[in-house]
Amino acid sequence: EPLGLGRAALPEEIAAWDVAVLPDGTGLPDGSGDVFTGDEVFAEKCASCHGDFAEGIDNWPVLAGGQGSLTNRRPVKTIGSYWPHLSTVWDYIHRSMPFGAAQTVTADETYAITAFLLYSNGIVEDDFELSQTNFKDIVLPNAEGFYPDDRPGTEYPHFSVAPCMQGCREPVKVTKRAVELKVTPTDPDGKPAGTLPDLRVGAAAGQAATEETAAETEQPDPEPAVEATAETAAADPALIEEGAKVFKKCQACHKVGEGAKNATGPALNGIVDGAAGSVEGFRYSKPMQAAAEGGLVWSHEALAEFLADPKGYMKGTKMSFAGLKKPEEIEAVIAYLASVGG
Amino acid sequence: DADPLITEVQDWASAFGDPVDATPYGMPIHYESHVVRRNVEWLTESPVSSINFTPIHALEGTITPQGCAFERHHSGAIELAKQDYRLMISGLVERPLVFTYEDLTRFPRTITTAFCECAANGGMEWGGAQLEGCQFTQGMIHNMEYTGVPLRLLLEEAGVKPEGKWVYAEGADASSNGRSMPLEKAMDDVLVAFFANGEALRKEHGYPVRLVVPGFEGNMWVKWLRRIGVYDRAVESREETSKYTDLMPDGRARKWTWVMDAKSVITSPSPQAPIRHGKGPLVITGLAWSGHGKVARVDVSLDGGVNWVEARLTGDVKSKALTRFHLDLDWDGSEMFLQSRAVDETGYVQPTKNQLREIRGLNNVYHNNGIQTWWVRADGEVENVEIA
Repeated sequence: EPLGLGRAALPEEIAAWDVAVLPDGTGLPDGSGDVFTGDEVFAEKCASCHGDFAEGIDNWPVLAGGQGSLTNRRPVKTIGSYWPHLSTVWDYIHRSMPFGAAQTVTADETYAITAFLLYSNGIVEDDFELSQTNFKDIVLPNAEGFYPDDRPGTEYPHFSVAPCMQGCREPVKVTKRAVELKVTPTDPDGKPAGTLPDLRVGAAAGQAATEETAAETEQPDPEPAVEATAETAAADPALIEEGAKVFKKCQACHKVGEGAKNATGPALNGIVDGAAGSVEGFRYSKPMQAAAEGGLVWSHEALAEFLADPKGYMKGTKMSFAGLKKPEEIEAVIAYLASVGG
Repeated sequence: DADPLITEVQDWASAFGDPVDATPYGMPIHYESHVVRRNVEWLTESPVSSINFTPIHALEGTITPQGCAFERHHSGAIELAKQDYRLMISGLVERPLVFTYEDLTRFPRTITTAFCECAANGGMEWGGAQLEGCQFTQGMIHNMEYTGVPLRLLLEEAGVKPEGKWVYAEGADASSNGRSMPLEKAMDDVLVAFFANGEALRKEHGYPVRLVVPGFEGNMWVKWLRRIGVYDRAVESREETSKYTDLMPDGRARKWTWVMDAKSVITSPSPQAPIRHGKGPLVITGLAWSGHGKVARVDVSLDGGVNWVEARLTGDVKSKALTRFHLDLDWDGSEMFLQSRAVDETGYVQPTKNQLREIRGLNNVYHNNGIQTWWVRADGEVENVEIA
């Protein structure tokens, strides 16, 4: 018996949220897009992570190729080699891409990007146009590559035998040691990160040692501190710390600090009050190149405006980030960049 | 010599401690600052689409505090206020509905304790021992006591049409992380939860509302739950095709591998929890669980699986929830190859990693519930190893 709670969902509300596309194409909106257009949209909105040819940059997903690799030791799972349904490609691009600016790709653009990805995977020719009408005709190469969970038949009978308790096997021999790989995060003493403290060392002694170290790091030589006062008077440690947290949103694409290299986005050392578009070896968007030639400097104010609305500030920027909504986050991240980036 | 901690009056035995309200919402005492979630930076390209690990080596009992329960986000943990929260039920229902947070609080509630384990827990260990510590090898798991509304009640409020066979849940974050499940599961023990361990869900666990899907892999526990769609078939979203499918040696892949099979791990001693007190009385402790129901038994081996003894299940054993086991030992100070082996109420026995590899090959990634071996050295240090 219904309790009468909630209210009727209005048609326009359902249309806004019920956007799932099923394997047979149910749920697709009207629209179309061709490979050529898709190539352009992909270059603008997707290539900064997935590469111009959908080959994937750094560890970002590879979207093309890999056919025939699924039995290899290093399988390459792409739309062409692994994904069973084209509907999934369309749905995911439309609702969750680009990363950091989801739901900004129009239906036509989504058809175009999907057409381009089909072309990149050798599934259609370069003159192909994808639409709601011909969507169902496309069958991905690995459409038949999946079957429902069969563990109840293939595994559970093997693993449901009363277990041996005595003399179950030969004495053991070590074949692999994780310690040799050296990929575990470590504490400063080289032990695995989070190793429990030794309780036989007195807390007072341990505490004193910690405080000593803390004191050393917190209060460096008083003399240089005085010298630096003028320059860093505005540097607020709390704000910088807050900025470090905010920067996590940027880390997907940007590195900063000692030894920072270009990644999906340029390294950000010297960005505050530095010349725009000037990081060596980074391929900037055309608008950013133009701005750089025009002498744009990332002053505090300019950077704040850009970070609030990257695409509004600079139409055509490759930075696929929706922007920082809160002014205090912008202030914090600029303070952080100024502090670590030199 | 007499212990000055006893013979001398200590500051804390003479002066005041903190007043009430020193911390209106308390944090663990700073001596416990090592008991935190940790991530492995090389695993993922971006911290907003990533995972970290519960410090299970440092916890006891069965309930995971929210503040150190592992996080997995596909597009970052969002801030969504109760006032802005809406849940839509749409698709093959008689009455498509929208609920506010307050509406949800007016449905009859239930309480469920359940483990949430990422399908990829142990995934880095498929090819061989890689990481030093159960936080990293088995720590994509947490166990909380949830309060919420059975999903069944919300579906009944909307009235599922006879052709509705599948339920698709999606989140309000940019990833949406949609997952399909059969209607039978949705009508069985799935909870639309808004409290965990007695308090509101933490932001990173889906505040204000998440799905709790006992026994099923963690990514189906959709956070920031926004919509429940009823369909006549599975949606087959990205997270149930491209991801969270299990590639087999013949190049085909299993899909819909929802249930987390029985598994256990010794949490102490372990690489991050070495034995420092030397030989003599030693408490071996660990966790066991099964997505199929209750843990029936846990065996422990000190010699890498040659001989086994039954451990003690401590406290209440709950279905599809973490179970604590202990084995109290008089350690002779010689090296050990510690293993634990869970048996659940269906009779399923936790397999070795090699038994899994024989069936699934090396490209499987997900659902690694193989037996863990810890090599305890005579000096009490512990290593993650594989043995033959």
